[in-house]
Amino acid sequence: MSAANWRNAMNSGAGRAAMLNRGQAAVALPGPGIAWDLKPIFTAISFRHVAVLLFLLAFPWFATPFFTFQIGAQSLALGLIALSLTFLGGYGGMVSLAQMTVAGIAGYMVAIFGAAAAADSTISLGWPWWLAVLVAIAIATVCAAFIGWLSVRTEGIYTIMITLAVGVAFYYLCLQNYSVFNGFQGFQRVHAPTVLGVNLRDALPFYYLVLFWSLAGYFFVKYLVRAPFGIALQGIRDNPRRMNSLGFNVTAHRVAAYAVAGVIAAVGGVLLVWYNGLIGPGSVGTSWLINILIIAVLGGMRHPIGPFLGAIVFVLLQTFAIDVFDRERFNLVIGMVFLVIVLFSPDGLLGWWAGLKSKFLTPRGDVR
Amino acid sequence: MRKRTFVRTLVGAAVVAAFSGIAYAQQGKPVKIGLLATLEGPFAAGGADGMRGAELAIKQRNGVVAGRKIELVKASSDAKPDVAVNATRKLVEQDKVDIMVGPLSGGEGIAVKEYSKTQPNITFINGSSGAQATTLVNPSPNFFRFNTEGAQWMVGLGKAALDKGYKRVMVIAEDYAFPYSQVQGFMSEYCRLGGKVPVKAWVPLGGKDYASVIARIPKDVDALVVVLGGADAVNFLNQYEAAGGDKPMVGGSITVSQDILNYKGKRRDSLVGTIAGSPIADSYDAPEFKKFVADYQKAYPVSSGAYPSPSLFALVYYINMKAALDGLDAVKGDLSDGQKKYREALQKMTLKTPVGDVKLDANRQAIGTTFITEVVKDKQGNLYNKVLRKVDGIDQMLGMPKEQFQMGSRDVPNCP
Repeated sequence: MSAANWRNAMNSGAGRAAMLNRGQAAVALPGPGIAWDLKPIFTAISFRHVAVLLFLLAFPWFATPFFTFQIGAQSLALGLIALSLTFLGGYGGMVSLAQMTVAGIAGYMVAIFGAAAAADSTISLGWPWWLAVLVAIAIATVCAAFIGWLSVRTEGIYTIMITLAVGVAFYYLCLQNYSVFNGFQGFQRVHAPTVLGVNLRDALPFYYLVLFWSLAGYFFVKYLVRAPFGIALQGIRDNPRRMNSLGFNVTAHRVAAYAVAGVIAAVGGVLLVWYNGLIGPGSVGTSWLINILIIAVLGGMRHPIGPFLGAIVFVLLQTFAIDVFDRERFNLVIGMVFLVIVLFSPDGLLGWWAGLKSKFLTPRGDVR
Repeated sequence: MRKRTFVRTLVGAAVVAAFSGIAYAQQGKPVKIGLLATLEGPFAAGGADGMRGAELAIKQRNGVVAGRKIELVKASSDAKPDVAVNATRKLVEQDKVDIMVGPLSGGEGIAVKEYSKTQPNITFINGSSGAQATTLVNPSPNFFRFNTEGAQWMVGLGKAALDKGYKRVMVIAEDYAFPYSQVQGFMSEYCRLGGKVPVKAWVPLGGKDYASVIARIPKDVDALVVVLGGADAVNFLNQYEAAGGDKPMVGGSITVSQDILNYKGKRRDSLVGTIAGSPIADSYDAPEFKKFVADYQKAYPVSSGAYPSPSLFALVYYINMKAALDGLDAVKGDLSDGQKKYREALQKMTLKTPVGDVKLDANRQAIGTTFITEVVKDKQGNLYNKVLRKVDGIDQMLGMPKEQFQMGSRDVPNCP
C-alpha cells in the first residue's frame, strides 16, 4: 500500500464530520473495501456496549455535580490523552512519554491565542475561541509529528528516553520563558467558552462535551486500527523489517501514527486546560508525563477502552485516597494500588477483565 | 395512682428529651471546615506545621464553636495550582464543607481565589498563601485573608539592611508570585533609601542545582537577599557553603522560618546574624504570643515531629483558622442566607492574634504587624529569631499612595 492510501484513510478519520463524509461516499460508491470497514463496527455492538453508553449518558443525572465534573469529566479528558498513548504504544509499538507534552502544547496555545489572564502581562491574543482551538490543535499536531520524526528511528527504551527528553525540555521552556509561556505562573482563567447560550464551564455541559470527544476518540481509534493504515501499523509493530520489504514506508507510517495520536492528545489537552481553568509548567511536568503512562498501563494497552478505565481508577485514587488512609501517607495507597494491579496483571485492568471472562464464560476463538 | 404519675413523668421526660434533642440538633449540627495545606512537594514540612497551627485553634476551643461541634476535613496539595483547586473542589462540592481554610502557597492562592467565585455561598479563608495578586487583582467577594502577605512581611527590612551597612545586594529568589511580592516589599524601601540591587536571580521553585546562580554572585555586593523556602533554602545554603561562599544574608520570611533554623548542615551557624522580615518572631515577648507558643508546644511535642517553636506556617494557619472560628462565634454559628451575616462579621472583625490586632481592608486583606528579626543562637545551641523592630498597621499598599504602588514582578521594582 502506498503512502497516498493511508493518508486517505487517515484524513477520513480526522473528525466526525469527515467520517460522515466517508459514510456518504460509501453510499455513492459501494466498494468492497468500505463495506469491510464499516461492517465489524455494527456487528460488534453488543448488550454491554449499549449499557455502558447509556450509563455514560445518564451519569450526570444521578451523580452530584462534583462527580460529574471532577471524576467524570477529568477521567474522560485524561483518558483521551492516555488513549493517544495506547494507540501509539498498543498498536504502533512506540511508547512515547511526550503525549502530555503534546496535550500541554495544545493547552498553552489555547491560552495564548484565546482569552486568558496572565497575572500581569498581555500575552493572550484574544482570538475567538473556535479559531484558537483549531490553531492550537493544528500546532500541537505539527509538534507531535515533529516529536515522532525525531524519535521513530529508535526502538523501545530509547524512544522512551527521547520522548522524555522532549517532554522535560518543553517543561523547562515553559518554566523559564516569560515572553510566550509566562514562566512559572502560566495562565489563569482559561475557561471553556459559552456556545449558543450554553456555558460549557458548567459541570453538565462540560461533561457532555468531554464525553462526546472521548467517544469520538474511542470510535476513531477503533475504526482506525481496522483500517488499512491501522493494520499496516500493527504489522510494523510486529515486524518492521518484513513490512519494509513488502514495500511499506515504515518511517512515514510511524510519523503519521504520531501525528494521529497528536490530534487525539491535543483535543484531550484543550479539554483538560478548560477543566483546570489554568495551565502552567506544573501541568506538563515530569510527574504528569509519567501519570499518563501510568493511566495507560493501568488500564491496559490492548484495547482503546483501557486508558479510560485506567483514568477512572487514577482519578478516584487521587481524589479519595486521602479519606481512606492517614493524611500524610496517602500517596502510599496510590502507589500500592498501582503496584498490585500491574503486578497481578501485566495487562492492566483489561487483563483482569479478560482473565475473568475466560474463567466464567466459554472461551471464544477471537477475543477482539 | 402512683403508677399513673410514674407513666406521666416518663412521658413528660420523654417529650422534654425529644424537644431538647431537636433543639440540640439545630444548635449542635456540626460545622464543617475544610483545611487545605501542602503535605507533598517542596513545602511538605511547612504544610504539616500549617495543619498543626490550624488544629491548635480548634483544640483551644475544645472542638466546639458557638455550641456547634467542629468537623475538620483535610486535603493535601503539592503547591501546584491545579492540584490545589482539585483538592478544594473536593472539599467544597463532595465533602460539603461550610468554610474553607487554605491553601499554603502563592500560586495556589490565586487559583483557589478564582475558584471561590464559582461558589458564592461558601466562605473561603486563606491558609498562608502570600501573593499580592490574590487580593489586589480581581478580588473575590468570598475570599478573606487574615494574614498579611509577602510584601507586607518585608516592610522595614530595607532600612534594617542599610543600617547593617549593606549598600549593594544581590537578590536570589524563587520564580513565582510570592517571592515577587517579597522582593518588592524589600526593594521598594531599600531602593528609595539609596540601596542598589545590581543582580536579581530568579530560580525555579523546587530547583536542586544552584551552581549557576552561585557563579553569578558579583564580588562587590555586600550581602545576598535570599528568598527561598523549605527544601530550596536548605539546598542553596549547602551548595553556597560548599562553594566557599561567605557573604552575609538577608532572608525572606520563609527563608529563616523555624523549619530552616532547625536544619542540620554546617552552614547553619553562618545563618547567625541574618536579618529578615517576617510576621512571626520566636522571641516576641507579648503574653498572647507566649501563650500561643506554650499551647503549640504542649499540643505538639517535638517527639511527635513538631518544631521546638511554631513556624510561620503554623502561626498564619492558626490566625486564619482563629478568624474563621471567631467569626462563627460572632454570629452564634449562624451560616444561613448564603453565609451573608458571617461574612459581614468577618469583614468588621478586629481579630486578636498572638502578634497583635488584625483588621481587613476593602479587598478583605489583612492590615497587620511585621517583625524585623535577626537570627541568634541561644545557650542550648538552638537558633532563634530575635526581634529587632516591630512595625504595626502595615497595609497592602505598603504605606505608599495608591498611584505610586506597583505590584511586584520580575522587573518591578528595579534599581541596579
